[in-house]
Amino acid sequence: MSRPILITGARVIDPASGSDRTGDLFMRDGVMADAPETLPGDALVIDGKGLIAAPGFIDLHTHLREPGFEDRESIETGTAAAAAGGFTTVCAMPNTSPAIDTAAVVDFITHRAREAGPIRVLAFGAVSKGRKGVELTDMEELARAGAVGFTDDGSPVATGLLMEHALLYAGELGLPVMDHCEDHSITAGLGMHEGPVASRLGLAGYPSAGEESIIARDIALLGLTGGHFHVAHVSTAGGVEMVRMAKRRGLRVTAEVTPNHLTMTDRWVLGCGCSTAVIGGWLTLDAYDTRAKVSPPLRSSTDRDALVEGLRDGTIDAVATDHAPHTFGDKATPFDEAAVGISTLETALGSLMGLVRSGAIELPTLVERLTTGPASVLGERFAELASLAAGTPADVVLFDPEESWTVDVSKFASKGKNTPLAGQTLQGRVRMTIAGGAIAFGEAGR
Amino acid sequence: MIAHATGAPSPQPSPLKGEGESDGPLRKGEEGSGGGLLRRRHVLDLDDFSRDEITALLDSAEAMRELLGRSIKKAPSLRGKVVLTLFLEPSTRTRVSFEQAGKMLSADVINISGSGSSAEKGESLLNTALTLQAMRADLIVIRSPHSGAPYFLARNLQRMGVVNAGDGRHAHPTQALLDLMTMRRHVGGLDGRRVVIVGDVLHSRVARSDVFGLQALGASVVLCGPPTLIPLDLLHGSGGESLPDVSVEHDLDRAIEDADAVIALRIQQERQGAGMLPSMREYTRRWQVTEARYRRARPGALLMHPGPMNEGVEIASSLAHGPGAQIEEQVTNGVAVRMALLYQLLTGGQEGEAE
Repeated sequence: MSRPILITGARVIDPASGSDRTGDLFMRDGVMADAPETLPGDALVIDGKGLIAAPGFIDLHTHLREPGFEDRESIETGTAAAAAGGFTTVCAMPNTSPAIDTAAVVDFITHRAREAGPIRVLAFGAVSKGRKGVELTDMEELARAGAVGFTDDGSPVATGLLMEHALLYAGELGLPVMDHCEDHSITAGLGMHEGPVASRLGLAGYPSAGEESIIARDIALLGLTGGHFHVAHVSTAGGVEMVRMAKRRGLRVTAEVTPNHLTMTDRWVLGCGCSTAVIGGWLTLDAYDTRAKVSPPLRSSTDRDALVEGLRDGTIDAVATDHAPHTFGDKATPFDEAAVGISTLETALGSLMGLVRSGAIELPTLVERLTTGPASVLGERFAELASLAAGTPADVVLFDPEESWTVDVSKFASKGKNTPLAGQTLQGRVRMTIAGGAIAFGEAGR
Repeated sequence: MIAHATGAPSPQPSPLKGEGESDGPLRKGEEGSGGGLLRRRHVLDLDDFSRDEITALLDSAEAMRELLGRSIKKAPSLRGKVVLTLFLEPSTRTRVSFEQAGKMLSADVINISGSGSSAEKGESLLNTALTLQAMRADLIVIRSPHSGAPYFLARNLQRMGVVNAGDGRHAHPTQALLDLMTMRRHVGGLDGRRVVIVGDVLHSRVARSDVFGLQALGASVVLCGPPTLIPLDLLHGSGGESLPDVSVEHDLDRAIEDADAVIALRIQQERQGAGMLPSMREYTRRWQVTEARYRRARPGALLMHPGPMNEGVEIASSLAHGPGAQIEEQVTNGVAVRMALLYQLLTGGQEGEAE
């Protein structure tokens, strides 16, 4: 059993109780507890002065790649990356090989996660067998094995009819259907937003309409079926607006957004690592930056601003990383041929704190979107994961909101070094991650 | 919009590289481009060529053309230099043109194509290029179906120069140079001239590079074609950020009015299958350069086509072989500009003029 831990003098943000105060946090036997009069002799005392303490972050959207793609990531390295990023719970995406479409694969993941360490790994099951978009998976059996929802992520739920059936069937089980909303009949190219930058680079684009048309389809179906539709990695202003209107209608629709789409634009593909690049000038050797190739693509600054506003006003429930690790070779190709995805777990907080510093979002709101927000998407039974109340799991992140650091991908715990943030300076860094009362990341001595 | 300070800079995670850096001369040569001669390792597009640089290159190409007219078409300037051509897409004229240009200057030219090479065995482009670099070639000329492939190579090759011989729908700088040379010879100075590019602009690497070259030399460019084959951002709204200062006109009768030169682009039959064109018949009716339309241009206006040509589709047969057209001359000039380019890149213009 891990030692009792006392964090002293931190700014404690606990969105579940709505409290934001400077004080202490105590945990023992894997759960939060009230600090005792006299500290147990073996207790570890951590000075939290100048730091923020919050419930461990919950990531609804993590590609752990195991089983099947262990050269990109494993459950062990992926959970280590999660811990380094302040996440104590991650939801594994089912686009593995085999896909998470049977209880046996859920069992395997659960078992491997337990071997790997204290980070909690929840699994999303596939909507369709083999993610082929034809037959529904055995959803109830998957749910009994622990699946927390269903998605064919990487691909959209292939047809409207299948989505209708998935919403009905998963809805009866009380579980969300997460859809990667991408209309393949509209998208011409992957990983590049249709707009002036795509045009300048001569790349086929994926227009905003390609995402919006499937969000519209799914919301329309939700009105018919009931159940719970969760929009994966929304990236467009139009998508945010549709979610806002659907929520107003009282539909059970939730949405997530990635730190990348909140902070970068399609101009990052020009390769100068910024959103203010001018496209009228000449292209540099860094153009066609495959590290900025992601699906959905990084979009315009108008979209990005709408995403930030949607996150702020609660239209978007959660920040999710869509952590998508790839090998060097997956990205060391011409842009068209490169894999989509960004290794995000370890840069998420640093990126997001930029939004806080610019005044775009308040820190407590951001913490909500990383804790209670995603927990509520998963359902009431997971509320305790986002709480610091006595008796709830001792999942805590401790971070320095001011610390500047340079992103050194060679130091990533993740196997995926693929991020356009490599070499950039971020401000805001995780100091310690405690999961189930055990230190999953960070040094007690600091 | 974000609910914070008015006009505040975008919410970036860090003080990222400033705007200034983004348009720094990353590809310009080390000692600046004084004198207008090339001081660069790579030629990836014309977007970073100055007017002086283009002019100097075209002047050099004129000298090369003289060599082309001789009975013994050989100069020793590039003896001992190795030029590779890596063509990952079918091509006749561009590949042969580069090969001939290199050989006439006595470079050793080695041709590699996609089929029959290790690319067919699944070797990545990066590994192929690194292997070739390890053999100590001086320059690689690449044609790729993927936009940006030459940039990818240039970024990863430390010792070998890269010349873009056409990448996806992005750029084709040597085609643009030969177009400019042809225009300069037949139209004269390009300042204030009106050039119409008609056809499949969306998929055209030629159009993009032509625009940069023409604008550098002071010409104005009109793009013309079906709305399905013009980049979306140039159509309406966002103001043509990707190709500044070009105008778009769908009606060829209007576009061609008073044109000094017309470039007809190749239309691929696949566009009809992809639902981008109703039929070749309709395309021809609306966007073929016909005799009647040609008469609306300036008298004696120059007609060009990058080839291969679909006679009777993009351009009327009678015009393609008529006095206004300089389509074969374009090909000749192609060899000359590639000679000039190889010479400049491989010698830095340091070894005296090619004789």
